[in-house]
Amino acid sequence: MSDIILETRDLTKHYGGVHALEGADFILKQGEHVAIMGDNGAGKSTFVRQITGVEQRTRGEVIFDGKPVNFAGPLDAREAGIEAVFQTLALADHLDVPDNLFLGREKTKFNWLGPFRFLDYKAMRQDTIDALQKTGVKIPNINNTIERMSGGQRQCVAIARTASFRSKLTIMDEPTAALGVQETAQVENIVRTLKEQGEPLILISHNMRQVFDLVDRIIVFRRGRIVANLNKEETDGQDVVAYITGAKTGAEYEGAA
Amino acid sequence: MAEASHGVGGLTYDKSKRSWPNELNIFIALIIIIVIFEILGQVLPYMNGQSFLFDTQDRFNSIFNEARLRIIILQVAIIGIISLGVTQVIISGGIDLSSGPLVGAAAMIVMSFAQTELVNGNPNPKAVFGDWAFDLPVIIPVIVGLCFGAFIGAINGSLIAFTRIPPFIATLGMFLICRGIAQWWTKGQPVSFPTESFAWLGSGMMPVVWFILLAVLCHIALRYTVYGKHTYAIGSNEDAARMSGINVKRHKVLVYMIASMLAAFAAIILSSKNLTAQTGMGQFYELFAIAMAVIGGVSLTGGRGSIIGTVLGAMVFGAIQSGFTYIKLDAFYQLMAMGTIIISAVVLDQWRQQRAASAA
Ligand SMILES: Nc1ncnc2c1ncn2[C@@H]1O[C@H](COP(=O)(O)OP(=O)(O)OP(=O)(O)O)[C@@H](O)[C@H]1O
Ligand SMILES: [Mg+2]
Repeated sequence: MSDIILETRDLTKHYGGVHALEGADFILKQGEHVAIMGDNGAGKSTFVRQITGVEQRTRGEVIFDGKPVNFAGPLDAREAGIEAVFQTLALADHLDVPDNLFLGREKTKFNWLGPFRFLDYKAMRQDTIDALQKTGVKIPNINNTIERMSGGQRQCVAIARTASFRSKLTIMDEPTAALGVQETAQVENIVRTLKEQGEPLILISHNMRQVFDLVDRIIVFRRGRIVANLNKEETDGQDVVAYITGAKTGAEYEGAA
Repeated sequence: MAEASHGVGGLTYDKSKRSWPNELNIFIALIIIIVIFEILGQVLPYMNGQSFLFDTQDRFNSIFNEARLRIIILQVAIIGIISLGVTQVIISGGIDLSSGPLVGAAAMIVMSFAQTELVNGNPNPKAVFGDWAFDLPVIIPVIVGLCFGAFIGAINGSLIAFTRIPPFIATLGMFLICRGIAQWWTKGQPVSFPTESFAWLGSGMMPVVWFILLAVLCHIALRYTVYGKHTYAIGSNEDAARMSGINVKRHKVLVYMIASMLAAFAAIILSSKNLTAQTGMGQFYELFAIAMAVIGGVSLTGGRGSIIGTVLGAMVFGAIQSGFTYIKLDAFYQLMAMGTIIISAVVLDQWRQQRAASAA
């Protein structure tokens, strides 16, 4: 019971007539790393958005850390311990790297000043440099605003943000989609570090090699439904592709899709 | 190593090639404008070689024409106080058109709590309330004014944050409501004869003192506090701000409240300086305040700008305005020229942003 960190029951999201997510039953165990795969538009990001409270679900239940939850927004989810890198990066273009890393949870001084409490720029700077060194990303000047950075650099800032705060669950939606070879390797290292620390992870990715390298279990989405739940040891790339394309459907999901 | 280079991952970064701060551009523009008027003074035949800024007729003990300098900064200070708030609203991605009429309404209300009982030994001919409202301590009208500003700002902010009415429409409505309040308050009668202590608030160079003081406070708030960071973040990418856990709605209400309180404070200073409040006070102030911010490099699309820029923008605005008067340009030409300058400032800003984007 308590070794389940996240469970969804019949999780469903309709956008008007679009059934983007339909009856998703999903279980993630403590310390487990799971990949979600599926074609474009299969409903992977939608699934993440319902869990993290970015949107309100049409129906279903989310049980996190033993309790049913109903996050009003991503802030609630984060306060409960879910860190997420969204596919559409949530960065403020006119702010620099430390500002973005600490946005919404700034290090501050003189806290009695309420909303006018002072920012501890120095501490945030140092922590930013430490966090980015973990990702190995190359950023010539962290005091540059995000708008002056490459797509990969932006992505790394977003990931460093997720990785530098301890959490009960990390969710990454296509974290390496825009990254070069070296940066991808660094992000994968961050994922491995999370594994060693026993932090559970949901990784959305289209990269078969990466998925087989990193995770324990693979969930396949097709047209808004979960169509397969595969242990890495018991499957291979061709098998997964068959599920993604619809050539095959998992036994327990027959009739669903 | 990383500390010295501001970077991570070993890319070199040449600190000497730091980007040129926008504020410097505005400062240069200010100097150029002054030089232009100086030259016009020498060139235009009807000017008889007068100087714009310098004391050529030896009327003062310094090299500057103190009278003109004083007029420039006094003129600018009161609208400048409003533009400090407008700056914050625009940085957060909004706009506030209601500040000018708010000045009118707040001035009327404030002045009726600041009246003195006896004018030259006679009862105050403009009394609004009964005896109880005479000769109140100066803090009372000030607090009444600020509360009124906070109230209007809270309505503006709540409309914008909770009903998704565009800021332009919400504050345009408030524009008319405030003009209405100003006229309704005394059925159009001016309110006059304040207490001595109230009159002190806006006397002499006091408006400039307030402007500088408030500019410093706003600069600190925007640059060094969580409030400021979130204001920029919301203007830059509202979704990102929300996803990062910022309470965007509450923050917007706060920004509009601060802006309206600054406008109300400007009303206090203006009515104190004029020793009277009239329903039409503050005409065009909302536009001039926006113009100061825009000239100062505050981007109308949000996320960009600074108080230093706005203060410089206010000085540019003041220099142009008094320059026009100095070369004896008629008032209607002045309005036309002012409009042209505001449009140019926005065009320039857009051009600058495009260049910045393509340089990245
Ligand atoms: N806000 C929305 N309104 C209407 N339809 C939406 C909305 N968001 C997503 N959809 C639709 O829901 C479906 C699932 O989208 P989703 O973003 O979850 O796909 P995805 O599996 O993450 O795909 P990708 O691999 O391309 O990121 C798509 O058909 C999409 O068009
Ligand atoms: Mg997606």
